[in-house]
Amino acid sequence: MVGFASENEENKEDKDFDPKEMIMHHVKDAHGFHLWDWKGHAVSLPLPIILWTDNGLTTFMSSEFHHDDTGHHVVEKNGGKFVKLHEKIYQLNEDAHSVSFDAEHHPVNASTPIDISITRNVFMMWVSVIILLLIFITAARRYKKSEDNVPTGIAGFIEPLVVFVRDEIGKPMIGEHKYKKYMPYLLTIFFFIWINNIFGLIPILNGANLSGNIAFTFTLAMFTFIITTFSGNKNYWKHIFWMPGVPVPMKIFLAPIEVIGMFVKPISLMIRLFANITAGHIIVLALMSLIFVFKSIGVAPVSVAFSLFIGVIEIIVTAIQAYIFTVLSALYFGMATEEAHH
Amino acid sequence: MDLVTPGFGLIFWTALTFIFLLLILKKFAWKPILGAVSDREEGIKNALASAENARKEMENLQADNERILKEARAERETLLKEAREIKTKMIEDAKGEAQAQANKIVQQAQAAIEGEKKAAMAELKNHVASLSIEIAEKVVRGELSNKDKQLELVETMLGEKSLTEA
Repeated sequence: MVGFASENEENKEDKDFDPKEMIMHHVKDAHGFHLWDWKGHAVSLPLPIILWTDNGLTTFMSSEFHHDDTGHHVVEKNGGKFVKLHEKIYQLNEDAHSVSFDAEHHPVNASTPIDISITRNVFMMWVSVIILLLIFITAARRYKKSEDNVPTGIAGFIEPLVVFVRDEIGKPMIGEHKYKKYMPYLLTIFFFIWINNIFGLIPILNGANLSGNIAFTFTLAMFTFIITTFSGNKNYWKHIFWMPGVPVPMKIFLAPIEVIGMFVKPISLMIRLFANITAGHIIVLALMSLIFVFKSIGVAPVSVAFSLFIGVIEIIVTAIQAYIFTVLSALYFGMATEEAHH
Repeated sequence: MDLVTPGFGLIFWTALTFIFLLLILKKFAWKPILGAVSDREEGIKNALASAENARKEMENLQADNERILKEARAERETLLKEAREIKTKMIEDAKGEAQAQANKIVQQAQAAIEGEKKAAMAELKNHVASLSIEIAEKVVRGELSNKDKQLELVETMLGEKSLTEA
């Protein structure tokens, strides 16, 4: 909460406190990793900005914007002029020297280049990957060392989770004979989502909200969709396009619905994870904003108490959402590989 | 609207990172961990099965032992019974034989006694005969000394003879 509070204070000094802007700032991705403020100066970790422009690849560090997020500070690199506005990088047109806005505060003389910067979320994703690799490769080594396959150390902590994913998700959803092929995916996705859900809850990381970002959930849902589609056997496709066991008019009626369902499944995966995690963050931040909205320290105990309550729920939600995503993915794989039994 | 529009950069990095993570973990974590877990489960299953087998074998052995014991007991019983029968039979046989032997001895003894008796009788007869002859000789000599007497004697002797013969 330290990170939140200090930044709120800064905002308050600058202008009237706007909870919506503060919340969106925390929930959304950012170039650069703002850690805390120290004597009126923001302390942040600069992250590389990588752009694909007409002149090719352009890279520079986010610190070159000098914490400007209003589009005033222009960075010239590789023959292009760049500004940062609401955590979006704009490239000014050839003749422009500063950004000008229309009535709705959209830039008019700038375009958005393809932005593959190492943002806050990408950075945290890599941190989570390093931690996952450390944990699981260390655990795997433990087994290699012990001669009787007895889990010791971190393996003893990891094994129940792995066995849980195998016995409670893989086996029942996909089936005893085919689950093995999907286990690496299910395990990876479960722990990847879970650890990033947890990271999103750590306040000092400034709400690096990876699993609450729709791009992240979209990508994972796409993986599930692609794997489902490519695992689909004859029976699966028959159930979609020519539903067995119902009259012909019904078959024709059901086919478009089933085709839509094919796409709705991954979309629901994407939205469920994104909405759950983002909602949790928004609630906690909104409760914290109450202190600044009412401009009274007296609200703080209430805010903190409610945030704590929501925070505890969120801790449970981290695991539940990772579990649900994995279960549903497994379920879709199971449906795609199910053999006809009519 | 920005919140629900997926940004290309993050999609790109997530896809790349996830594929990398999946491949690395698959090779270096999931395979060894799942392999070890299933190996161990297999081991436990086998150990339990072999324990069960051992238990069954023990049971079989015990049943065998009991059966053998029972058989041995039954055999002892029959052996004892046979022995007892043999014993009584032997005693009976011996008794019978002894009886027969005794009877035979008694018979032989009786026969011998009879024989002896007959012999003794015969000898006595002979002896009496010779003695009689001797006496008769002497008497005859004495009698034959006078004619009357001789006749008288013949007469008496004849009378006597027929009397004794009768």
